[in-house]
Formats: sequence, structure tokens, C-alpha cells
Amino acid sequence: MNIATLLQMAAQACPTRIAVKCAEIELTFEQLWRAAKAAAAQFQSSDCDHIAYLGESNPAVPIALFGAALAELPYVPLNYRLGDLELEALLRRIAPARLITDRNPTFSVEGSRLHHAQTLFESAATTSEEFDVPQNPDAVAVQLFTSGTTGTPKAALLRHKHLFSYIISSVEFMSAAEHEAQLTAVPPYHIAGISAIISSVYACRRIVQLPKFDAADWLKLLTNESITSAFLVPTMLSRILDALSQAPEAKCPSLVSVAYGGGKMPMPVIERALQIFPGVAFTNAYGLTETSSTIALLGPEDHRQAAASNDPQIRRRLGSVGRPLPCIELKIQDKAGKTLGPDHAGEIYVRGPQVSGEYLESSATDEEGWFSTRDVGMLDRDGYLYLADRLDDVIVRGGENISPAEIEAVLLEDPAISDAAVVGIASIEWGETIAAAVVSKNGLAPDQEALRDLVRKRLRSSKVPEVIRHVPELPYNETGKLLRRVVKQGFQ
Amino acid sequence: MSEYRPGTRLYSSACETEVMVIKYKESSEISCGGHAMSDKPIVEKRRIDEGLASGTLIGKRYVNASNSLELLCVKPGNGSLVCGDEPLREKETKKLPSSD
Repeated sequence: MNIATLLQMAAQACPTRIAVKCAEIELTFEQLWRAAKAAAAQFQSSDCDHIAYLGESNPAVPIALFGAALAELPYVPLNYRLGDLELEALLRRIAPARLITDRNPTFSVEGSRLHHAQTLFESAATTSEEFDVPQNPDAVAVQLFTSGTTGTPKAALLRHKHLFSYIISSVEFMSAAEHEAQLTAVPPYHIAGISAIISSVYACRRIVQLPKFDAADWLKLLTNESITSAFLVPTMLSRILDALSQAPEAKCPSLVSVAYGGGKMPMPVIERALQIFPGVAFTNAYGLTETSSTIALLGPEDHRQAAASNDPQIRRRLGSVGRPLPCIELKIQDKAGKTLGPDHAGEIYVRGPQVSGEYLESSATDEEGWFSTRDVGMLDRDGYLYLADRLDDVIVRGGENISPAEIEAVLLEDPAISDAAVVGIASIEWGETIAAAVVSKNGLAPDQEALRDLVRKRLRSSKVPEVIRHVPELPYNETGKLLRRVVKQGFQ
Repeated sequence: MSEYRPGTRLYSSACETEVMVIKYKESSEISCGGHAMSDKPIVEKRRIDEGLASGTLIGKRYVNASNSLELLCVKPGNGSLVCGDEPLREKETKKLPSSD
């Protein structure tokens, strides 16, 4: 079991189809397979333990991913937004590594060798090595460093068996028609960037890469490449909708489906998207690095039903992440380890062949294989999953657990407020107390007392923010995750 | 008999079929076209037995009735897959919307 087998199958079934395209460079499945074999031969002869990639999306990314798989070495994509010191520290942890990069690093890579990205796809046309695909299902395919919001980044491990199981149970082989094309704009060091490559390869679907996301470029590429499907994080979708409202003549006739995930989708954004793209099938995907990407999804039919319904139970599903995949078991558990029934919030646990839950340093699965996601959520009576908070974000005020997400939702009900983040800050009286950062629609400072009244009325007085700050915008990372750490710092 | 650990690639000795073992909680031998499959490529092929030529399709998963066995066809051929004396059938799958 090795993910390179999935590419080998695609190259066998659709050798002349385009596998990946980036600007002027394109590779067929046969060329991608050859390039991966050539890369693997080089990797094996270079005395390294890891294949690292530092850079934006380009055809070297799938070559390095599958080349590393063939050489049975872990593929380690690094975040190019990190500073030199952070990158040096990560490289020390994977030395000796072969570092494939599209840039000229200014940091030192002692013990590791540099390899320019371009040379990887230049070899696609010339070489034709024979290579047996390794079979060990327990070999590490991908090692991803977590963003390290609470400390030193952890190294999450995905073994071939996890990624392989995820792909064959969620994607049908060669299910894409010849004309289909997927626009990939997520960075290569994100799990969604990795699963997008393997899923498209197994579906034999053309990948079109957009190295730097920009809404206008995305729309242009959509038309020029007759894109049929795309994955977006919420911030990207929001920017695309804004760009479309300024250029109403822009049309996206080829677009059939959009999947989104990576962060919480604001209800107004998805509602607007459904109006602007009535013919497009939207899918909300919930997953984590440690689960090889998607574990639950809200499909196109769910979206349509929810958007068209007046029943609040069904309408609110637009804010859910849907139901677990068929091969995933999911349960909600309280702190004492008791499994909770519908409509009760607790920590989400998952189990299944695609779930790794493993780090280089430790494991987050129990003896029965349940992985604790650290996400708080609840299931409704029909099995739809609603996400609330990260467990680490829950505010403990005077012994009471308080959900930031619940207060944020109430603050957003005020028509003057466009965005809100609620965090816990140190308090002598309560241990932790509630602080809210709010963004107003018109840029003017909102009426703080009116906001407190709203929370008191909807929830209760212990949930009223003690401190409210008016800010021009909230800090998000490039995949749409709110940086609560930074919000907290604003209150110090 | 070859070892049938998950991840092992098996080769038909009667046609071009290659499968990967996804799950094996069985004790019987896996055959294709009437002859045992091998964990090494077979150059000199034998003839496919009569009635065992329904063929395999790339990308399809093959299971037995009790779901204790699952194979993924990674290269198609003309033989039929059998475990012991039970013919394997294509696994029915629910098509999921693309999520990445």
C-alpha cells in the first residue's frame, strides 16, 4: 500500500491526459509518473532521510510527493511564510534532508542538500527508470508540521495506509471526464493541498495550480482553463464574491462544483455564494491533518435543501459540516468519557482506516483507536455535525465553561457588526474573563452597551463580555483560521 | 500459498490482472482465472479456466459476501477473482461529492 500506486494506475489508464498544469508548464499522467520515478532514483542515492519542499504550488510538488513515496521517504512540505529561524529549526529536526525549493534560501541548511524545483519537472521528458512500487503500508508518506499555536510545532505523521484508505474510499478511480479540471489555490504545506493532488490524480482529473491566491486571477484562470471544480477556504470564497460584485459581467459557466473547508464558513458568505452561483454544487468538508483530510461533509443536496427551507432545524444545517464519511466512526464525548446523545456538545472523537492521530513525539489515539480531535461539537438527531470551538479556546470563567463561538454568533446578530472574536483573558476575580474584539460594518465604534444587552438577553449575564474592543479587522491565517492567540495579545 | 498482508500486490498467473490486498481476514487461497495468484510477477502465463473469464476492471474493489476480504484491482485482465471457491464481486460504493 503506497500512494505512488494511485499515480501508477492513472498513468496506466490515462497516459496522455494532462495531470497538472501551472502557467505554461504541463505534464501528462505518463510524464508525471516518469518524473516521480526519476526523482525517486535521485532521492534514494542521496543519503537523506526526508524529502522537504519549500515553496509555492508548482509541478514539482506532485513530483516530490510521489517521488518521495516511491523512495519510501517521508515528504515534508514546509510553510514558506515562516521566518528563517523557524525554518532552520524545522530543518534541523528532519536532517539529513533533501530540500526542494523554488527560492534561494537565506538560512543555513546544515546536513541537508538543496535541489532546485525546476530540475524536477525538466526530467519528466527524458527519463524512464523502472521502479517497483514499495508495499509497506506502515511507511510514513507525509510528515506535516502543525502551525504550533500553543508551542513548538508538532510533527503529524500520515502513513501510506492512512492516505491510501482515504483516497480509495472517498474517490472513484477515473471518475473524472476528460474535460474536467480542478483549480487548486491552497498552499502545498496544508493537508488540503496534499489531498487535492492525490484525489485528482486518482480521479484522473487535471489539476490547475494557482500559486498565489488572488480573487481576480482565480476568476481569470477559471475562464481560461474551463475549470469545473475548485477547493476554497472561506476567506478565498468571500474575496471571490466581493470581486464578482464589482465585476457583474464576469461569468463562470464551466464551474460545476466547489468544495470548501479549512476554517469556519460565515453563514452570510455561503448564503451569498448560493445566490450568486445557483448552478454550482457546494460541499463543506470538515477534516484535520491527523485524519488525512475530510471526515465529514455537507453535500450539494444538503446545501440546496437547507437554503430553500423555512424549517429552522433544516435551515441551520447550512452552518453544519454535514455527516461523517461512510468509513468514519464519530462520537461526542464529555470530559468524564461518557458518550453523549444528540444535541449535547462535547469533544469529537473519530476512528477509521484513514485516521492517524499520530505525531512523531506522541499519539492522540486511545487503545481502541479513537482519536481525540480537540474540537468541540454536537450531532443533531439526523446525524449532522455542528462544530463549536477548539477545546483549547473554551473560556473557563469562575469554573463555568463558556463557548466563544456561542457569544460570537450572538454578537454577529447585531446589524452593525461584521466580524467578532471572543477570547478568555486573565482575571484576578474569575481566573479568566470574557473579552470580545469586534469589527463594525461602517468602521465606526459600535454601541458597547447595546452589544452587552444583546448577549445578556440571548444568553445570560455570565456570558457578557467584560471588555469589548473595536478593531479594523481580525487576524486570520492564509487558510482562513482565526488567530486567537493574536486576538488575545491585543487585550494585554 | 502467498502471504496476503494488506498492501501486498498479487499477480495473476493466467492474465494481466494485478490486485492489491486491502483486507484479508480469510484463510483460503486467492486465485484469478482458475490459478493461484502470486506475490511475484509471472512471465509464462497459464490458460484461463473455462467459466472463469469474466475479467477485472482497474480501480474496482472486489469483496466476498462476508466482507472479510477486499482487493483493489490495480491492473486489469481477463480472469475472474475467486477466494477459495467463492467468486468475488465488485464492491458497491456510494458516490461521494468531491471534497478536496
